Amino acid sequence: MKILVPVKRVVDYNVKVRPKSDESGVDLNNVKMALNPFCEIAIEEAVKLKEAGKVEEIIAVTVGTSASQEQLRTTLALGADRAILIETDTETEPLGISKLLKAIVEKESPDLIILGKQAIDGDNNQTGQMLGALLGYPQATFASEVNLEGDKAIVTREIDGGLQTLSINMPAIITTDLRLNEPRYASLPNIMKAKSKPLDVIPADDLGVDITPRMTTLKVSLPPQREAGVMVETVDDLLDKLKNEAKVIS
Amino acid sequence: MTALVIAEHNNQELKPVTLNTVTAALELDQDLHILVAGSNCSAIAESAAKIEGVSKVILTDSLEYENCLAENISILISKISGDYDFILAPTTTNGKNVMPRVAALLDVCQISDVSAVVSSDTFQRPIYAGNCIATVQSNDPKKVITVRTTGFDPANAESGAAEIITLQEVNDAGISQFVKEEIAQSDRPELTAADVIISGGRGMQNGENFSLLEGIADKLGAAIGASRAAVDSGFVPNDYQVGQTGKIVAPDLYIAVGISGAIQHLAGMKDSKVIVAINKDEDAPIFQVADYGLVADLFEAMPELESKI
Repeated sequence: MKILVPVKRVVDYNVKVRPKSDESGVDLNNVKMALNPFCEIAIEEAVKLKEAGKVEEIIAVTVGTSASQEQLRTTLALGADRAILIETDTETEPLGISKLLKAIVEKESPDLIILGKQAIDGDNNQTGQMLGALLGYPQATFASEVNLEGDKAIVTREIDGGLQTLSINMPAIITTDLRLNEPRYASLPNIMKAKSKPLDVIPADDLGVDITPRMTTLKVSLPPQREAGVMVETVDDLLDKLKNEAKVIS
Repeated sequence: MTALVIAEHNNQELKPVTLNTVTAALELDQDLHILVAGSNCSAIAESAAKIEGVSKVILTDSLEYENCLAENISILISKISGDYDFILAPTTTNGKNVMPRVAALLDVCQISDVSAVVSSDTFQRPIYAGNCIATVQSNDPKKVITVRTTGFDPANAESGAAEIITLQEVNDAGISQFVKEEIAQSDRPELTAADVIISGGRGMQNGENFSLLEGIADKLGAAIGASRAAVDSGFVPNDYQVGQTGKIVAPDLYIAVGISGAIQHLAGMKDSKVIVAINKDEDAPIFQVADYGLVADLFEAMPELESKI
């Protein structure tokens, strides 16, 4: 069995980003970049399935500039067998990315595609679902547990109010939620080994897919800031304020 | 032009987030239909017909839609999409699951988690965990939108009188099956619908200590939430999580207990009307957004608060 893991290079989650001063976008100058955290969980799940003997090959793929090779090397150090960069300088949207990934799926015919549920830059939460629709594959989004049984994946999902379990026919799409697993750190020997693993670069134009953006970002601004209020000394003071000033409790 | 809102329900009750989504839709278009797709759900259609501003309810009642499987529902929505310029659903786990599939089937982009409508093609939405607000314009002929419901007031749920039409349209993609659902049973209100929320963070130290919040929640009729740190530490289930990767809430009163105030958490609750922070660390960032801050050991303050409310 073969697993495809699409990943994304994003701003490191510890960085507090700010809009550019002219509000034309997000200021990404000299900002630390990293593998999207939900993508780390996706790679980890694929590696665990391989360690359990259920998977022969893990292919990581990303869409982006040549700088994304850095994150692909990370996936190779974490346990992917080979990697593919679909190279483009165009700022791609989830729909365009899904179309490019569809072309890769048609080439590679993976049995399972595991992705992060969202990237922490655009917070779109779309690519897995869109890829599912384009391929006609079933999906189990926001997964907290994955079991493979024959040609089906039994997946427990985090839904509002609790958990839902689905059985989906492979080939299938799974998107990862936080509690699916705890990603490992890449060991130094594995980081060294990753350097010699295959990493193919395919120009996005070669895939014959229209990735023209459908959306224009007109402005990126700071959210309205909330003013700090007052400090109270005791529980009695707090209750007094809530009853008589804010009038939110009686 | 007409807008279509996808009703959020569990075949037993219409979820209140539908009302906020209706308000967002009415800002785009005054002619508004609601799709109620489910099984044995005619009562939901009757509730939806009473929402102010809705002119028509489309009821599709079939077993294939019982568990809102994305594969089946997305085909249904795309088939009836011809009449609509705007298709909206709340940003719930359901909306997030289904709507990108709809957008891809229609070959349009989705505008995720819209917090404000600027014009019929321009929207505001939070990005980077709410650190920035992007104003985006969609060039697609149809707009597929998920709605950040805390950005919109609920529509009146009792004053409408829409007609209900029944649509026989069965779509079973046959590639996914529902196995089971474990929904936490609670007498407390749901997080996204509660007027008062009390949330615990890493400072709670363990899951048992959340019982300190329960008595207060019972007295205030509050829902109980948690920070991602508390969920990651295994104190409480993930569906308690308030934050950018959890639930987005905006109650009248939000009480943060032992929560430091990571941006991730603030993104999910900073639209609350009144915020109270109780933390023993006076430098905790949560105090910068709180209307009332109390520097105290929660293990002393919580029992006192419960006894005095």
